[in-house]
Amino acid sequence: MYPRSFHYHRAKSLKEAATMLSQLGEEAKLLAGGQSLIPLMKLRFANPAHLVDLNFVPDAAYVKDEAGKLRLGALTRHAEIEHSTIASQASILHDCAAGIADVQIRNRGTIGGSLAEADPSGDWATVLLTQDTEIQCLGPAGERKIPLSEFIRDAYTTALEHDELITEVVIQKPGTGSGGAYVAFKRSAPVYPTASAAVQLQVDGDICRQAAIVLGCVGLTPVRVTEGEAALRGHKVDGKSITAAMEAAHAAVDPQTDMRGSAEYKRALVSALVKRATEIALRRAKGERVEVSHIYA
Amino acid sequence: MPEAIEKVPIRVTVNGKAYSASVEPRMLLVELLREEFDLTGTHVGCDTSYCGACTVLMNGAAVKSCTMLAAQADGAEILTVEGLEKNGTLHPIQKAFGDSYGLQCGYCTPGLMLAAFQLVSRNQEPSETEIRKAIAGNTCRCTGYQNVFKAIQLAAHNLKGA
Repeated sequence: MYPRSFHYHRAKSLKEAATMLSQLGEEAKLLAGGQSLIPLMKLRFANPAHLVDLNFVPDAAYVKDEAGKLRLGALTRHAEIEHSTIASQASILHDCAAGIADVQIRNRGTIGGSLAEADPSGDWATVLLTQDTEIQCLGPAGERKIPLSEFIRDAYTTALEHDELITEVVIQKPGTGSGGAYVAFKRSAPVYPTASAAVQLQVDGDICRQAAIVLGCVGLTPVRVTEGEAALRGHKVDGKSITAAMEAAHAAVDPQTDMRGSAEYKRALVSALVKRATEIALRRAKGERVEVSHIYA
Repeated sequence: MPEAIEKVPIRVTVNGKAYSASVEPRMLLVELLREEFDLTGTHVGCDTSYCGACTVLMNGAAVKSCTMLAAQADGAEILTVEGLEKNGTLHPIQKAFGDSYGLQCGYCTPGLMLAAFQLVSRNQEPSETEIRKAIAGNTCRCTGYQNVFKAIQLAAHNLKGA
């Protein structure tokens, strides 16, 4: 399958890419890893007249640890994050990167591309919404920083202007006593999850001080389970509070029935995923090393 | 009259041989290999980035060549199944797939061998889980994967001893 014909432009810097977007207009799209865009173009669901290729921009892929923050270049591939010891300081980032699709797609796909696409089934937004995450953007008017919670507006819709792009993803490193986990339920590796749960906890002894619970693939954007967070915060993380968080997750989502499962099935699934992710996050918050793998049907 | 689309000049090294080409922007890497360079060992299976039959190595990393533009491979080193054999001698991965009956119809085999190549070139003693994870992006409808899995174990073992 061939995409429809388009003009190809190779940007030498992110600034030049933003300028190209403003000059070429609405018919131009950015090509990052291309693992969503190229299949969409081959199916002719996306037919951009111009493609601005970011893959030859130097120094746009990196993972840095600076002043208590993890800084990830927009063009950092999922595989680079998966194998980065710096990124793995926040275990949940490793869970996410190592579980996206398959080896080949992780070798190409980028964190910036995933966030800018804002696919409701994408993994990064769900995971990073449990963290204090800011998106550094660049456009002709200059740079601006947008909290991720304001960046994701709707399905496939972000706060980016047409001629703006992501340059960097900035994540506040979790403090002491913190642990997170991301678990997805998938039918096979290359496909998107049926549902997923990201949980980040901060504990002081047995008491939970901070909790963030975000669910993926069960709404037009990731779903934050604020009532579930409240059920954990200030309480002992035990069977009782976890059950309350599971019930809150079940009630918070309004999933679509589709080929991946019925709405009721998905509600039951997110509830179970919240339990699993919370238990792993708690063990990690207490300093235990726990390997996580997604669950395959 | 549709507007003329300018071609993109590229240089790539495929299996150690330098090529230059002038490609339409929409040409996919797999089509460059198969149709321009006549390297038809790389197969197109699903053509939707699912099955992995089109897997090749780009600068040592496995990629699905149906989900990359040829223009994106400019300056890269590509390894396809044709580059595994050296001077008439099969690569240990190829030999192991034969010895372990790791193929039946053979359609997915080039992609599986290249996915295995990335694994064993970075990990001399892959665990069972690591092997399964390494080929999770490759679909085989004949073997049921057990013999593929044994072939990669054998290849890793033989390469380590080599």
